[in-house]
Amino acid sequence: MSDRGNKGPCGPQKHVNRRGFLTTISTSAAAAVVVGAATPVAAEAAPRDATEPTPIVLYVNGRKYRLAVEPRETLISVLRERLGLTGSKPGCERGECGACTVLLDGSTRYSCMTLAVEAQDHIITTIEGLANGEELSDVQQAFIHEDGYQCGFCTPGQVMAAEGLLRKNPKPSIDEVRLGMSGNLCRCGAYGHIFKAVQQAASTRQSGGAK
Amino acid sequence: MREPNIYGSDTLDAELAPQFAPATSDLPPWGKTTVVGAAVPRIDGHDRVGGTAIYTRDIALPGMLHCAIVHSPHAHAMVKRIDTTAAKAMPGVHAIITCDSPEAKIPWILTNQGAFSQLLDPHCRYEGEEVAAIAAETPLQAADAARMIVVEYDVLPMVVNYEVATKPDAPKLHAVGNQPSPARTSQRGDVEAAFAKADAVVERTFHTSCEMHVPLEVHGSVAQWDSGKLEVWDSTQGVYAVRDSLALALKLPLSSVRVSSHFMGGGFGGKLELGKYTVFAAVLARMTGRAVKCVLTREDTLRSVGNRPANTISIKAAARKDGTLLALDATLLGASGAYPTGATSSYMLLDLYTCANVRAVESSVLINAGQARAFRAPGYPQAAWALEQVMDELAGKLGMDPVEFRLKNIPVVSQLRSGQPYTSTGLADCLRDGAEKFGWAAARKRPANKGHVKRGIGIAAGMWGSPGGPTATVILKLYADGSANVNSGAADIGTGTKTIFAQVVAEELGVPVERVSVENADTGTTQYAPSSGGSQTVLVTTPAVRSAAADVKTPLLALAAEELKIDVDKLTIRDGNIEIAGDTKKVPFSALRSLAQRQQLVGVGRRAPHPVGKVGLPFAAHFAEVEVNTRTGEVRVVRYVAAQDSGRVMNALTFENQVLGGVTMGIGFGLTEQRVLDRQTGKLASGSWHDYKIPTAMDFPVDFQCVPIDLQDKECNSVGAKGLGEPATIPAAAAIANAVCNAIGARIYDAPITPASIVNALASKGGK
Ligand code: FES
Ligand code: FES
Repeated sequence: MSDRGNKGPCGPQKHVNRRGFLTTISTSAAAAVVVGAATPVAAEAAPRDATEPTPIVLYVNGRKYRLAVEPRETLISVLRERLGLTGSKPGCERGECGACTVLLDGSTRYSCMTLAVEAQDHIITTIEGLANGEELSDVQQAFIHEDGYQCGFCTPGQVMAAEGLLRKNPKPSIDEVRLGMSGNLCRCGAYGHIFKAVQQAASTRQSGGAK
Repeated sequence: MREPNIYGSDTLDAELAPQFAPATSDLPPWGKTTVVGAAVPRIDGHDRVGGTAIYTRDIALPGMLHCAIVHSPHAHAMVKRIDTTAAKAMPGVHAIITCDSPEAKIPWILTNQGAFSQLLDPHCRYEGEEVAAIAAETPLQAADAARMIVVEYDVLPMVVNYEVATKPDAPKLHAVGNQPSPARTSQRGDVEAAFAKADAVVERTFHTSCEMHVPLEVHGSVAQWDSGKLEVWDSTQGVYAVRDSLALALKLPLSSVRVSSHFMGGGFGGKLELGKYTVFAAVLARMTGRAVKCVLTREDTLRSVGNRPANTISIKAAARKDGTLLALDATLLGASGAYPTGATSSYMLLDLYTCANVRAVESSVLINAGQARAFRAPGYPQAAWALEQVMDELAGKLGMDPVEFRLKNIPVVSQLRSGQPYTSTGLADCLRDGAEKFGWAAARKRPANKGHVKRGIGIAAGMWGSPGGPTATVILKLYADGSANVNSGAADIGTGTKTIFAQVVAEELGVPVERVSVENADTGTTQYAPSSGGSQTVLVTTPAVRSAAADVKTPLLALAAEELKIDVDKLTIRDGNIEIAGDTKKVPFSALRSLAQRQQLVGVGRRAPHPVGKVGLPFAAHFAEVEVNTRTGEVRVVRYVAAQDSGRVMNALTFENQVLGGVTMGIGFGLTEQRVLDRQTGKLASGSWHDYKIPTAMDFPVDFQCVPIDLQDKECNSVGAKGLGEPATIPAAAAIANAVCNAIGARIYDAPITPASIVNALASKGGK
């Protein structure tokens, strides 16, 4: 039972040491706007078919959505801009920080590195889907209890990463927690408290509390 | 807009003469507290973990347009021509501004030597400087159209090496030259005479790399106009500072600009001032009659919104055999970036230790790169990197334990503030208690291990030289049911400000924390508070919260006295009840009919002035243990103890969190973070988190201990707390550098310590 492998058609990109992870990315889907050419080159503009609306069906947090999206649109952009699910955060939009982490068929996934069209036919869970109404999940409660955040912007991604980790490895050792969480940057540097929150959630779940 | 000049020690505590004597300026210090200091989870935790907290990035208004920015691809260039014809024809485009637009002329980088730039400046002085902005229906359409803007440049000679930039023949960024401000010298005593009497002298030169803030939430704003009034949502540490600069830029009365920032995703000093993106959003919103959102890209945040400037610090230091520090002579050079700003701080060099003879000469120089900004203790981690390594070397030369050597030179007064005593000085306690918790003495005696992985321990101390800003106002409403609302303009940048405010109210009135709500960071609805920077929010604003709570007690007791027909002197407030002397009966606030009739009581609190003739400043001592792999050059921090004297611990959870966050940031500064500019082109080579490495979960030591030194400072302010955010990061990198030296027996003078620098140091030492 490894929590590091790239499995499934969409290959979970988490549970890989972030530095090692470098080698697994070759392209950046949502590159920053870089301008500088003296003359516009036709090829520089997005190719027409990348902007042609394409009908898709997304299953998010137990609901079914029919949408028409541009093929170049990322999952995070569709979740946030079209479905209003702004809990998933864009920290970099190019697979570096994990703030956009969601679960795809139960595995952690950078939603900024996933095109919305790719996410069809998969079960997507976002931070908004973890709680039961106003009642927070065990992982969310543990983050509050251990103060596993500061500014909170990385937090939805951290919580999703923790949830994904615990689903694959319900009893992670501290080193497994560090490795499992290493795809999620926290510039506030709350890692010490994040580790405690993950461990607390694991033990709550072990003792049969919640979920 | 304003030149952030918070580096100079003389500007750190510009205390205004108090214009009023706050009625509650003499609130007695708390004794033992029950709610303040406890490990109270955050009152906004549910929003933060639930994904329901609305950050600026998340705001969506009806009809809102999205902005994309066009940047100079050259480090130094003059715009010759901009053609927007093709861009205007792109789908969804509503408005474009360029260097040619009238709005472009808004003065930018205002200093006492005049404005150094304008909103869209045809003279581009670094790669990434803005030349145009577009508003379109969707973010993708805005980005598509931005790509179609044609800009022709005259490329100019550039300089990104700051030591080269000081040379007379270096390319000039501005007509006034690359060093618009003269070098500044601070001194006391007679440095030369002291060196002549010294038993040990160390002289070294250190370099620290440019560090980037990169908060997880990129900088951004949403702007909307309504009948001549401007409303702005901004990811900022200071809503009032942004409002003031924005009103000035757009020539609006302060009352016509509202800025709010209810949740913000990190700043670290990089979000203390007005950004161009905010003005772009406001100007484009005015042109289009629509709300406009302008958010930067991650790469922008690595180029154009501030950094901790690279420093070169040379120190010559001398001591006597008995461990007395005799003299410190330092020169500091910092790289301001393309526009002037102080880029060094000598404060700590001049005041951390008792030293009769000191001299610091500081200068800053312009280079073709993004401008420096305040960054968590501006200048201090750089100074600590140099000073604390020199202190270690001196201790070595004297054959003294580095902790003992520092203890020998503990200050009891601030030498920089003409000998003012400190309200409390916990430096010695930080050193002693930290050393004990770390097991310093035992670890020093440990024999070196034989394998290729070497262990080492290191210590470094630090202080933060600002006691906080002069003023804050808080309004507290006590409702008829005994619940309360705190109103303050302070931003909660992740430090737990809101929770601490609620704890202070709970402490004073006995209302449970869960029944206190906090309204904050909105210039339209909340009271003035200084920006959340410089570790000042707790010590400036919580005394005002306490004062506001005290201010509702008086009318509350008067109401109760009238209603209960009991002399007011016999009544006291405790735990949300009115208590009557000599009677066991307690009357809950909610049982007071007269309070119910009034609906609410309002208290106004102001912060009392700083104590006269004394200063309250925080101190720290950090202890690190590292493992150095002498084959690969890899350094791992394996154990860490951070002892902090920040006065009263307001919340045990958030206190520890600040400390471990500060240490994490110091690990990055010391070991991995480094802005790299290509010397040939001046372009940023580290424009992503793959190339600019901040610490990850793998880098933080699990074996971490925070040691609060709670000295019960009764004088610094009415809550007894000193700053924490900055002192938690100041000594961290230096402690690690000293530990690395202890491990491998060779010192590395440049930050960050990379595997290559370890291998080089070992090679020049001649062995493993
Ligand atoms: S936003 Fe997806 S990894 Fe940073
Ligand atoms: S809590 Fe601020 S980045 Fe993690």
